[in-house]
Amino acid sequence: MRSWGNYPKVEHAAVIPLHWRHLGLPRIEGTMLPSGLARSYGDSCLNEGGTLLATAGLDRLIAFDRASGVLRCEAGMSLAQILQVAVPAGWFLPVVPGTSQVTVGGAIANDIHGKNHHAAGSFGEHVRRLELVRSDGTRRECSPDSETALFRATIGGLGLTGLVTWAELQLRAIASPAFEVETMRMENLEHFFALSEASAGFEYHVAWVDALARGGDAGRGVFIRANHSTVAEASQAPSDSHLAVPFDLPAATLNRHSVALFNAMYRARAPRHWREERVPYSRYLFPLDGVAHWNRMYGEPGFVQHQCVVPRADAPSRVRSILEAVAAAGDASFLSVLKVFGDREPAGLLSFARPGVTLALDLPMRGAQTLELLERLDTIVRDAGGAIYPAKDARMSPGTFRASFPRWGELEALRDPAFSSSFWRRVTP
Amino acid sequence: MSFERIVIFGATSAIAQATARRVAARGVRLHLVARDAAKLEAVRADLAARGATVTAAVADLDVTTHHAKLLDEAERALGGSIDAALIAQGTLPDQAACERDFTRVEAEIRTNFLGPASLASELANRFEPRGAGCIVAISSVAGDRGRASNYVYGSAKGALSIFLGGLRSRLHASGVHVVTVKPGFVDTPMTAAFKKGALWSPPERIARGIVAALEHGGTEVYLPWFWWPILFVIRHLPEAIFVRLKI
Ligand SMILES: Cc1cc2nc3c(=O)[nH]c(=O)nc-3n(C[C@H](O)[C@H](O)[C@H](O)COP(=O)(O)OP(=O)(O)OC[C@H]3O[C@@H](n4cnc5c(N)ncnc54)[C@H](O)[C@@H]3O)c2cc1C
Ligand SMILES: NC(=O)c1ccc[n+]([C@@H]2O[C@H](COP(=O)([O-])OP(=O)(O)OC[C@H]3O[C@@H](n4cnc5c(N)ncnc54)[C@H](OP(=O)(O)O)[C@@H]3O)[C@@H](O)[C@H]2O)c1
Repeated sequence: MRSWGNYPKVEHAAVIPLHWRHLGLPRIEGTMLPSGLARSYGDSCLNEGGTLLATAGLDRLIAFDRASGVLRCEAGMSLAQILQVAVPAGWFLPVVPGTSQVTVGGAIANDIHGKNHHAAGSFGEHVRRLELVRSDGTRRECSPDSETALFRATIGGLGLTGLVTWAELQLRAIASPAFEVETMRMENLEHFFALSEASAGFEYHVAWVDALARGGDAGRGVFIRANHSTVAEASQAPSDSHLAVPFDLPAATLNRHSVALFNAMYRARAPRHWREERVPYSRYLFPLDGVAHWNRMYGEPGFVQHQCVVPRADAPSRVRSILEAVAAAGDASFLSVLKVFGDREPAGLLSFARPGVTLALDLPMRGAQTLELLERLDTIVRDAGGAIYPAKDARMSPGTFRASFPRWGELEALRDPAFSSSFWRRVTP
Repeated sequence: MSFERIVIFGATSAIAQATARRVAARGVRLHLVARDAAKLEAVRADLAARGATVTAAVADLDVTTHHAKLLDEAERALGGSIDAALIAQGTLPDQAACERDFTRVEAEIRTNFLGPASLASELANRFEPRGAGCIVAISSVAGDRGRASNYVYGSAKGALSIFLGGLRSRLHASGVHVVTVKPGFVDTPMTAAFKKGALWSPPERIARGIVAALEHGGTEVYLPWFWWPILFVIRHLPEAIFVRLKI
């Protein structure tokens, strides 16, 4: 079992597939951790030496009210599977990440956010109820008004409070499965903040950043904003993915030259004034899902993500420092994404998404040199009073974790004693 | 061909669930039969939420004397005669335990051969006078040749394949279809303990093949297709060589 970043590589004592939600937890020696589709990058979905409970077989719908958009399903159901059922009925998930290949359980455990955080908040805000199975044999139905503490701890709870067997979600109505997308070239960081401000009328917006640009060009890239289309048309089923990276490519495939070339080409295609187009939701929201196993482009050593959030006030200077540090190190981040989060109360005890500006970087794993760079980035984030995203992390220090999530002790108190993860043991030694 | 009323035996099987999901959104009527009430309810609710009209009945399909009654019940629940039936129940025996204790072999033959054959017979007798209907039963590539590692399962599935072949010939002129499904390795609860490799398929892939066979009047289908050439070779190896192979 590997996480999406293919780093770190650890062995598990067992991987037990679960198929029926009414059956209890398996009796095992040592600790267990639920596992979804392993789209987390680092070690938060791994449990070295322990057991993983593979939940992808818990993929049944329980109820779907097509009039109110309330959908209850088992926790191993993927967001792609939900959209297949919901979209033809005129409903959409209120929050989706950059891939549809994550489970409901995974979306809850990391309290994931999407390009619409400023408008819709995080995934956890739309969870009406969920069931938690604990190793003491109890089943707890948790919601905003019953078992509240356990509910808040489970949202963003990193799989540590027990096994989520099902959840009930409030979907949002759509008139069309398409998106109205506007794209424009972005010159620098100032431009990014100006465009974000000017795009309040758009439910979704995010920027792709050329992390190789320095000085006055820092922050140049492409700004993309969108709304659900209101033009009703026949719903299109997302096509199955046909492209795939069949095996790990040589680690040198993504180097600063190939990334520079890609960045230049990508930016050159973006216009100087808003280009408007109507596109299928899968192409706008999940462009990478078209190429299965794209993570293999990074080869055997794998890669690491670094996603941080810094408070809005001095975000421009902090983001600039981070981009400068990366560019100075000569490392090439292929997928660099910048977004302003909304001013919303986090839904969970340890939610990552919070008011501020978030920057996500992808870096090929080159050992000590990469780890040192990331440590420097962490220092910038900590000085700013920001946080690092556990879903993307494989190496932050316990100190950085505690600074990012000062309420971690409350989660530790509610953690199921039989549940643990490589990540949790690393950041709370 | 379009199917409106479908009955599924062993409906809690992973392959059966994946098959039912493929047709559920078309708004068909499904009647599900399985032996575990809690599992059956989970499957029923899933298919209903996907848009099918679903009824369900709990039954141990080893009890062949109840099969006629189960079909009466199914027709009542579906509100008319059955268009298609999927027979999916099965168990993977502990081969070593069967070698020590023949009563286990008898039980395995009951579940994997007698039960399915009884249901197929009962369905055939109802479909034949109508001159319509489709019987789909899940056998296995394991039934194509006896192997040291699982010949109890293999002989039950082999008997089922031959039974279905005969039934198909008997009903050929009447317009009733019989489909023998022969999956290779499928990643389901039945095979949870096995190490998975390149030859393994997800149940959804088998389901796609089953629905295609149902719609296009397949007869004997290897799923996925690459098992056909593999089994062609295995069936034609001389016995003198085959007995030495550790497969
Ligand atoms: C291409 C790509 C784009 C992404 N974009 C975004 C993005 O825009 N925003 C964002 O927030 N994230 C994003 N992510 C990260 C991803 O959304 C999260 O890592 C998500 O949690 C992965 O879900 P999963 O089903 O794969 O769970 P896993 O990675 O397998 O597990 C994640 C966590 O969920 C827990 N868990 C899983 N199932 C259960 C359960 N049933 N009960 C209790 N705990 C459970 C696990 O224990 C673990 O702690 C992206 C990832 C990729 C690969
Ligand atoms: N998986 C493979 O590799 C593979 C390969 C070739 C053929 N097959 C065949 O495919 C079919 C479906 O199996 P699967 O892979 O989907 O595995 P599965 O999920 O384990 O399904 C087997 C189902 O049969 C049911 N069953 C067993 N005995 C029964 C009885 N007496 N009465 C009623 N139901 C009974 C089981 O019910 P419970 O859950 O209540 O036990 C279970 O739902 C089987 O016939 C199997 O032999 C499988």
